[in-house]
Amino acid sequence: MTTVDDDRQDPQRVDTSVGTVAVDSVDSLSTKPAPPVMPPGRRFAWAIRGWRWLTSMRTALVLLFLLALGVIPGSLLPQRSLNPQKVDTYLAAHPTLGPLMDKLSLFNVFGAPWFAAIYILLFVSLIGCLVPRIRVHARALRAQPPKAPRHFHRLPESTSYENTEAGPRELADRAAATLRRGRWRVVTRDEADGVVTVSAEKGYLRETGNLLFHIALTVLLLAVAAGRLWGYTGSIIVMDGNGFCNTVQQYDSFNPGELVSGQSIAPFCMTLNKFSATYDKDGTASSFKGDITYTEGVSGPQKHDVLQVNHPLRIEGLRLYLLGHGFAPTFTVKDPSGQVFKNVSAPFLPQDSAYSSQGAIKLPDAKPKQIAIDGLFLPTAAETQKGVLTSIWPQATAPKVAIFAYEGNLGLDSGAPQSVYSIDRDQLANGALKQVGRKNLGPNQSYKLADGTTITFTGYKEWASLQVSRDPAQTIVLIAAGCIVLGLVLSMRLRRRRLWLRATPGDPGQGEHRTVIELGGLARTDAGVFSDEFRQITTRLRDKPAEPDGED
Amino acid sequence: MGTTALAHLSNTLYAFAIVAYAVAMISLGAEYAYGRRGRVARTSAVAAPEAKVLVGAGGPDVTATSDSVTPPTDDDAPRDLNLAERFGRVGVALLILGALVHAAAVSIRGASVDRVPWGNMYEFTSVACLVAVVAFLVVLIRQPKLRFLGGFVLLPVVVLMFLGGTVLYAQAEQLVPALHSYWLAIHVSAAAVGTGIFLVSSVGTILYLVRVHADKVAVAEGTEPSRVRSLGSRLPSAASLDRMAYRTVAFGFPLYTFGIICGAIWAEAAWGKYWSWDPKETWALITWVIYAAYLHARATAGWKGNKAAVINLIGFTAMIFNFFVINIVVSGLHSYAGLN
Repeated sequence: MTTVDDDRQDPQRVDTSVGTVAVDSVDSLSTKPAPPVMPPGRRFAWAIRGWRWLTSMRTALVLLFLLALGVIPGSLLPQRSLNPQKVDTYLAAHPTLGPLMDKLSLFNVFGAPWFAAIYILLFVSLIGCLVPRIRVHARALRAQPPKAPRHFHRLPESTSYENTEAGPRELADRAAATLRRGRWRVVTRDEADGVVTVSAEKGYLRETGNLLFHIALTVLLLAVAAGRLWGYTGSIIVMDGNGFCNTVQQYDSFNPGELVSGQSIAPFCMTLNKFSATYDKDGTASSFKGDITYTEGVSGPQKHDVLQVNHPLRIEGLRLYLLGHGFAPTFTVKDPSGQVFKNVSAPFLPQDSAYSSQGAIKLPDAKPKQIAIDGLFLPTAAETQKGVLTSIWPQATAPKVAIFAYEGNLGLDSGAPQSVYSIDRDQLANGALKQVGRKNLGPNQSYKLADGTTITFTGYKEWASLQVSRDPAQTIVLIAAGCIVLGLVLSMRLRRRRLWLRATPGDPGQGEHRTVIELGGLARTDAGVFSDEFRQITTRLRDKPAEPDGED
Repeated sequence: MGTTALAHLSNTLYAFAIVAYAVAMISLGAEYAYGRRGRVARTSAVAAPEAKVLVGAGGPDVTATSDSVTPPTDDDAPRDLNLAERFGRVGVALLILGALVHAAAVSIRGASVDRVPWGNMYEFTSVACLVAVVAFLVVLIRQPKLRFLGGFVLLPVVVLMFLGGTVLYAQAEQLVPALHSYWLAIHVSAAAVGTGIFLVSSVGTILYLVRVHADKVAVAEGTEPSRVRSLGSRLPSAASLDRMAYRTVAFGFPLYTFGIICGAIWAEAAWGKYWSWDPKETWALITWVIYAAYLHARATAGWKGNKAAVINLIGFTAMIFNFFVINIVVSGLHSYAGLN
């Protein structure tokens, strides 16, 4: 340390200046393991050097910094795992630099090989540092407090006084009893010439907490990885009155961990009876509720629940979340052949906070040509000055639709997957599909096309977007996190400290009971606080030494 | 009283607290600039080992060896209250008054919206600054001689509160359903307390670096510096500033960890995953990792001292970046700033 202006505050400095007896004992207050002894063979010297380098605190510090630096691009650049569209937009906007950044996995930082390298090295460093420390601490927990150093005055805390009432043995025993009552670990030793010493130590829980923190951190990281490997999430949009069962095919999107097999997906079915949303006067949502009926297992009993934001349904191994909602306008379409499609519907995706929603409805069975409708659903429609419809309120108080009608080939037979929220623009571009009209419709208003097709806006349904998640290691993560906090509190709040007492019989010429008591103390951290404690203990031992042993 | 009237009252008290803090800052700054505290600090640093020698020699009185106890009086410091001392006392009085008014402003804001008063950036700033002031008052009770540092703690507090009341200000409103959870009370308060405590720590760290620099200059020149040049050397000893910075982090770090974990538990209930690499989560992790590095560095030979201090400041920078840049510029799941 470069700047300490009073030596007392730096225990390490004291360490070196204490006599030889003290050096052993003082040094071992730290649980830092002794440097390993180099084996005779030189062939593995590099490996040992490398291992020592990897498990050194400096390397851990550098790795911690690399970790902090490494996740920065993950937070500032768009990430594929969070928002693939944004990544595409970014790549389009940066044609030269973008692909290079993509090669460096900057759009998938948390799955990048270099990121894995950092955390695996950190992980190995952590374990390599932890194992010897656990061994040392286990030994320290069993060991007795070390022998008293020869010279107390070189310790950070020291004092002495005389007692004329009792001899060294008795005074040492009383002091030991007092310290034991204060939950110190105490051992009394005899030295030559009738001198008795007491060694006491306290605060072992500090290192226990420290190790608990690091072990829990290791467990947490392993459990996070296990959760990723064996867990999955699936999301699906469910309309009012509809339901789904927990199979991979039913999901709109399904993200399984690497080790998830089809069999590991628990059977579970649910129906969304009614979705409802309420709003404050200023248009901010005050609640979203999804009233559901569900069955667990292949043929469990029907149960009822209300899904809310912050209140997922938790059943054996699964969680069901209500993540979003929207509207699905319904139309009745009569094609030129006289065929009626009654109340056809599809979810429209909200585009703004007033839930102007966009989507498409496809009727591949219409004759003679396939029919499609796309456009906007506006829950509370209002006309802007330019005559464009917009929504001004997120609830359906005055719903309207602004639609385009199309006829021709929807291109559904081509085999290429299509978005359910829009028509295939390529079909429009190559002329297979033609726009045949546009119209704004209120409830139950109809629009008649030139070929006799009528489109009636009959109303709307609400839908909820749901997510099913499974993470088998989540409970372990939670317990490990709790241990992390506990370990931190223990290791940050407690102090390891040592106290020594030496009772020396006085000169026999000056009366039988004249004992010189010397006290010395040392704290590894927070020396200032220990000064106060040392003073209190001194006062206690000096002023009230007569408390008899054996009370506890 | 109506909701709007309560919100107005809260705003008035908030403004009053800023004024009280500003005047307290000037008072404490005046004490620092013109007082004799520096000399006291210097002598106490020298006097401490002497006190220890006395004890070691077997004196019956156990003399103060810690600098948390009133330092020995300087021989040329007048016993009666000089001007600087008065400034100091007025400053502390105003600081306490400001803290009380500030606490009232925060509680009334909560009452006006009938929820915890930390639902947007303005409210969060207010609470974090209150925590910083209270944390400093706690430091003050333990180490009264650090009183004149109040000016340095209050400077960022006044600036942040001014920004909070102007740029970040948001009307007293209800929150979106995602925030209707008791975790709001736990997670955000832990984050606010952590932020406030780290703020105090970073002030201690900056002063530590100034003091270390001043010591180097003093050794190099070997002469008494002028009054202005002596501002650095009149700070408390580098060791006690370093200790203050460490103790505040040692207190704040478990709380900040707890805050992140509570956030993860809440995210599990609200977003379907306990960790989604949301930008704000990511920067909280960065901050956490840097403060963890600080705690390790402080125990590592070759890193303790200046290097550890710089790490502390990097950690605080990351936290401030997370609050201002990530909240306002980057969109993510945590976009509840209340700014539109």
